[in-house]
Amino acid sequence: MSFLELENIRKSFGTSIAVELFNLQAEQGEFVSFLGSSGCGKTTTLRMIAGFEQPTAGEIKVGGQNITHQPPNKRQIGMVFQSYALFPNMTVGDNIGFGLKVAGKKAVEIKGRVDEMLRLVDLPAMGKRYPHQLSGGQQQRVALARAIAIEPRLLLLDEPLSALDAKIRVSLRNELRAIQRRLGITTIYVTHDQEEAMSLSDRIVVMSKGRIEQIGTPFEIYNYPATEFVASFVGTLNMLSAQVVNAAKGELILAGKTIFVPAPLNQPDGAKVTVALRPENLELGQGPEATHNTLSAKIVDVSFLGAVVRARLKLLDKTFAMDIFNSRNLALPEVGAETLVSFPKESALILAGTDA
Amino acid sequence: MKKQRFWPILMIVLGAIYFLLPLYATFEFSLRERRGEYSFDSYANVLADSQFRDSFIYSVVLALATIVVSLLLIVPTAFWVHLKLPQLRPVMEFITLLPFVIPPIVLVFGLIRIYSRPPFVLVSSPALLVAGYVVLSFPYMYRSVDTGLRAIDVRSLTEAGQSLGAGWLTILFRVIFPNLRISLLNGAFLTFAIVLGEFTLATMLNWPAFGPYLALIGQNRAYEPAALAILSFGLTWICIGLIQLFSRGSREQTQLAGTR
Amino acid sequence: MADKALEKGVKLAAARPRTLRINLNWLGVVPFFLFSLLFLILPSLFLLVGSFQNEAGDFTLANIGDLFQPFILNSYWLSIQVSAVTALAGVIFGFGLAYASIRGGLPRWIRGGLMTFSGVASNFAGIPLAFAFIATLGRTGFITMIFKNVLGLNLYDTGFSLYTFLGLSLTYMYFQFPLMVLIIAPAIDGLKQQWREASENLGATNFQFWRYVALPILTPALLGTGVLLFGNAFGAYATAFALTGGSLNLVPIQIGAQIRGDVLHNPNLGYALAFGMVVIMAISIGISLLLQRRTSRWIQ
Repeated sequence: MSFLELENIRKSFGTSIAVELFNLQAEQGEFVSFLGSSGCGKTTTLRMIAGFEQPTAGEIKVGGQNITHQPPNKRQIGMVFQSYALFPNMTVGDNIGFGLKVAGKKAVEIKGRVDEMLRLVDLPAMGKRYPHQLSGGQQQRVALARAIAIEPRLLLLDEPLSALDAKIRVSLRNELRAIQRRLGITTIYVTHDQEEAMSLSDRIVVMSKGRIEQIGTPFEIYNYPATEFVASFVGTLNMLSAQVVNAAKGELILAGKTIFVPAPLNQPDGAKVTVALRPENLELGQGPEATHNTLSAKIVDVSFLGAVVRARLKLLDKTFAMDIFNSRNLALPEVGAETLVSFPKESALILAGTDA
Repeated sequence: MKKQRFWPILMIVLGAIYFLLPLYATFEFSLRERRGEYSFDSYANVLADSQFRDSFIYSVVLALATIVVSLLLIVPTAFWVHLKLPQLRPVMEFITLLPFVIPPIVLVFGLIRIYSRPPFVLVSSPALLVAGYVVLSFPYMYRSVDTGLRAIDVRSLTEAGQSLGAGWLTILFRVIFPNLRISLLNGAFLTFAIVLGEFTLATMLNWPAFGPYLALIGQNRAYEPAALAILSFGLTWICIGLIQLFSRGSREQTQLAGTR
Repeated sequence: MADKALEKGVKLAAARPRTLRINLNWLGVVPFFLFSLLFLILPSLFLLVGSFQNEAGDFTLANIGDLFQPFILNSYWLSIQVSAVTALAGVIFGFGLAYASIRGGLPRWIRGGLMTFSGVASNFAGIPLAFAFIATLGRTGFITMIFKNVLGLNLYDTGFSLYTFLGLSLTYMYFQFPLMVLIIAPAIDGLKQQWREASENLGATNFQFWRYVALPILTPALLGTGVLLFGNAFGAYATAFALTGGSLNLVPIQIGAQIRGDVLHNPNLGYALAFGMVVIMAISIGISLLLQRRTSRWIQ
């Protein structure tokens, strides 16, 4: 039995369905992200766990206890809001201690816990300040401290970093993960930023239009996407049109060239398909016949991005990207040159239909 | 969940009773002119009364004059302060807030005091009444215009106009005024409603405006006042309704009160 | 060396046209300020100065002292009472109405309707309002008749009269409630839904939310508007006059009587009366503004 269970959760608002067929089992201490674009239902699901929305159908269990219809103020679940939602009329210390105060804890106990939390989020001197005197990053840390102070069984975060500057976002998310690991709280993290989700999570739930597309570790999601949506949502993906010649042998024809991918294909012969390739799977030059497919394309642009050099190539009328690891001895490809590029056969993802 | 709705609903129901009952009572009262049956006689009497028409038209003319003068004073000034003299903004806000601190009864006292003695004997001219009304309109007019100016990017528009060769007057009348249409209408309708219903200034300065007419009818007749109250309410509703209609889409909606 | 001289020359040259330009700028605002001076500031100043003068024009504090005679003190006291009562009622009921329509989970049109109606009702003050209440609670008014015909009770026999403190207060509330609703609505909007959710999430009950979060945040706005309502009622003349014909001893009524004829037998005392009223209004508006500014720091 898992610590957090969502069984067949469904939420509809009138006639529109926000979330459907949502099933998840999360273990104690796990960090799970809900990843998807706006309107995919990730926040709605989170709010159902918190108790601010009621599922139309399905059950939510925490530690074996059915909390589906429990009021939100009884659930012992901590939540961090996107807009921090710190109480403006209270000091940082009072904010953090609020949950303990309403629970009737003694002042001494509250003070001790508040100080502990302030140290945890690295804001030891800020107890007497007011929220509006703090920066965005500091406010978010206070919000986190406030949520953790009540020793919740579950921690929910609703896009907590999206209102912050890029640099702070990266450092704060690492801090967040470190704190979560240290305390071992089961955490659900909602975000639309796939880099964030991948760097933080034990597992990711990719959602689209109210449904789960895939649940898996970041490695699985990236390298073995289950659906077209997941493949194109996570990471960069090149899409090239091809046609199946022989499904049993895995033979396709792409821009006039015959290529081979792992067989058998589940598309019929003659079907138009999309060959999807990650930029890092492409290499310059002819690859070994046995393991690689080789294409000829024209280099139209080269960007030096630091650790990675990204070349954009054109094949017929389609442009695609190739990533090369930087090295001091790297000979940058010349713009305008025709060159050979190759990719491992099994790195190609075959997706249905063409992306015209 | 349903239980949570009890108090809000009760509140709204109580509010509705308090607000709608007097309106209903007034309407019912206004129908009692003819003994024994309901009729619109009191309304007919009112509308047939030449004094009604005269005083109403008088007030309408005063209102229009007030609106024009107020617009001509406030808009260019607000525009100028916005653009060139932002340090004066607190002063503007203070001055346009003064009519709240100095209620009409006090203002008219002061106006009479100064302008009834030589050399500025203005009390014999309705211009003084208009001047008083313009002062009363300041808070609403300025608030409207200021909100409007903040909403449009005055600086960029002006600079665009200048770079295309327009002079100040052209910019003001061809660029700024048209873009402030909604704010101006807002302020104008509010001023209109205020002037129409105004009593204190008109009666103390002794001019045959609509306000004093209402008071006169109230002293002499029984049912006509109720009819006038209903008509007045209807007129106010139209003014506010038009404001709402024209400002569909803009957010600032605080229309504060007029005469008391 | 030459550069420095050149710099100085350029500065001098630039200085002169700049002064001219500033003058032109100020020219643009002259009409407004002149008008305000003539018709707003000077009249008020004359009253102010007049309160400190005697008939001969010499400086005196006698008028201020005379303000403390019982008759005048009573009028201030009555005005304060009416204003305080209607302000308090306005705050409580107006806030209740506004909150019910905004956060009460009621259909959207109720809020819109309430706001529109409030916009109208807050402008409906003055003589028509007095007429409306006479038609409702006057001697032959609608409610009075219902009490008489249905309940057999003559309201006016019980000592109730529309033309007293109570009746006037009831009438004033007709524009106090809407004013409160209109002004407090943005503050209620500013009370973020997420604060409520955060509070619930941390285990607080509804009562605790109000006690520790909502009311503290709203208090400056409530107080500020309450004080505004106080000033609003204090300065009201038309409604009081139309309702009571001048029989109720309120400060605006006294001033009105003074304007019509020297009922105080001392014009300067009249000025002092007006000045006293302005002081009270100024204090209330001032406090109100201070409190409103505190609100806007937290909300939004």
